[in-house]
Amino acid sequence: MTNILDKNIQNALFNYILGLGDDRLILGHRLSEWCGHAHILEEDIALGNIGLDLIGQASAYLSLAAEVENKNRTEDDLAYFRNEYEFKNFQLVEQPNIDFAYTIVRQFFFDVYEGIFLEELAKSKFEQMAGIAKKSIKENIYHTRHSRNWILRLGDGTEESHVKTQTAINDLWKFTGEIFSENENDNILINENFAPDLKPLKSKWNEIIKSVLNEATLEMPENIGFSSGSRSGIHTEHLGHLLAEMQIVARSFPGAKW
Amino acid sequence: MNEEQKLADFEARIERGEIIEPKDWMPERYRRQLIRMMSQHAHSEYVGMLPEGNWITRAPSLRRKMVLLAKVQDEAGHGLYIYSATETLGIDRKELLDQLLNGTAKYSSIFNYPSLSWADMGTIGWFVDGAAIVNQTMLAKSSYGPYARAMIRICKEENFHKKQGYEIITTLANGTAEQKKMAQDAVNRWWWPSLMMFGPTDKESPNSAELMKWKVKIKSNDELRQRFVDLTVPQAKAVNLTLPDPDLKLNEETGHWEFGHINWQEFYNVIKGNGPMNKERLKARNEAFEKGKWVREAALAYAKKHNN
Ligand SMILES: [Fe+2]
Ligand SMILES: [Fe+2]
Repeated sequence: MTNILDKNIQNALFNYILGLGDDRLILGHRLSEWCGHAHILEEDIALGNIGLDLIGQASAYLSLAAEVENKNRTEDDLAYFRNEYEFKNFQLVEQPNIDFAYTIVRQFFFDVYEGIFLEELAKSKFEQMAGIAKKSIKENIYHTRHSRNWILRLGDGTEESHVKTQTAINDLWKFTGEIFSENENDNILINENFAPDLKPLKSKWNEIIKSVLNEATLEMPENIGFSSGSRSGIHTEHLGHLLAEMQIVARSFPGAKW
Repeated sequence: MNEEQKLADFEARIERGEIIEPKDWMPERYRRQLIRMMSQHAHSEYVGMLPEGNWITRAPSLRRKMVLLAKVQDEAGHGLYIYSATETLGIDRKELLDQLLNGTAKYSSIFNYPSLSWADMGTIGWFVDGAAIVNQTMLAKSSYGPYARAMIRICKEENFHKKQGYEIITTLANGTAEQKKMAQDAVNRWWWPSLMMFGPTDKESPNSAELMKWKVKIKSNDELRQRFVDLTVPQAKAVNLTLPDPDLKLNEETGHWEFGHINWQEFYNVIKGNGPMNKERLKARNEAFEKGKWVREAALAYAKKHNN
């Protein structure tokens, strides 16, 4: 299928799938930073599981992106040999762990988006991409249950956990605006029924977030000061450090196999 | 039945090869020895996450990253599983964890060494999980049911751990000159500490005789160590890496590989807390515990509010 695509569409598709892969790779990487350092063994396992699912999905998307690009690159070339400005992940997912509240809030914002988004992406006319989406739906249900349960426990737990979680929500809120924004690249694919139209989905996300935060006695912030541009390579300062660590071994031995 | 008869009965059961279950009568000493041994094992799985956890974020390919993350996560599962098995002896995990955090409990000396390069991920899987398999295959026949069953389940995963480690080393050994150098360096650093993992020689091992009498252990430290050496030497040869022991040679008569003198002073030093990473490992565990305090409290408070 990929070799009969119009050049324009092929390029848009490559960028789009790259974004999907990068979101999951960077978020999975962040979760893997917890491994061995969580507050209880059960949570080491849970965060590790979710991280593994996400990196697995990332690997599938990046390998598909490489196939669409058709320039003899592999998923590892894409993960390890691109620079900050070539990464297209949401700024939300590159935000540092800071503490368990930040980690859970970041995850919850993403999981709810992912749940809504996957259902639509699974209908894509581009079957290989729809296939990955379908496969991740089950994983997402588990991820969302995990982050949602923690939002409730932290929000409605102790005074301290409530304050920490509300702080994380307030700080991370500005990164949530761009996850439903569309650019020209997306529009090309929406016209072809390759990518879902995100605009109608935003209100659904808002509703779910609002109701869970409400149940957790937490407040939903006002919609102000959204950052954007990650899909075209604009990031926060955190991404560079993450990539420096992630890519160091691969880049130190060019041409080596692992 | 008086205590003496109970003990005679118990030892007869052990003699017949019967499996002891949590509800069965057992001598206090048997229970205490098991708690000591099993909790050390659980702590080792838990602390053992740290040296490999150190490289997950730098794994050089997506596949390696996933395999390593899955592996370290398995170790968390092993820890959890063995803590639960230890709880069947009437002690709870919290108490065991306290002993780990305050430094009174022991864990495997091997995890007090640093993981310095990507090749260490290969060597740890190959040597350390390899040694664990030798040890745990024996423990799978242990007289205490919950421990034996935990070992059977865990051994399957350890085999995968060893395989992924040896695969990393094989790839490096067949790779560029720099990769090969990295692999050899890791082998040089991890070989002797891996031999020490089996514990003191039989002569110097204070608990061995009793553990073997009660069939908690079926084989002695020296027997297990020898088995590990015999298995590993050919594997090193197969990938053209040298084990750092000039005295290593095959005894044609016994069929065993004889090896040089183990630096027991180093071993006892590490056990006493003076290994290269003892303080850091304990600090990491304590930090995770302290930083997680508010989370555990929140979970508890939430459960109280919503479950009754
Ligand atoms: Fe293990
Ligand atoms: Fe293992």
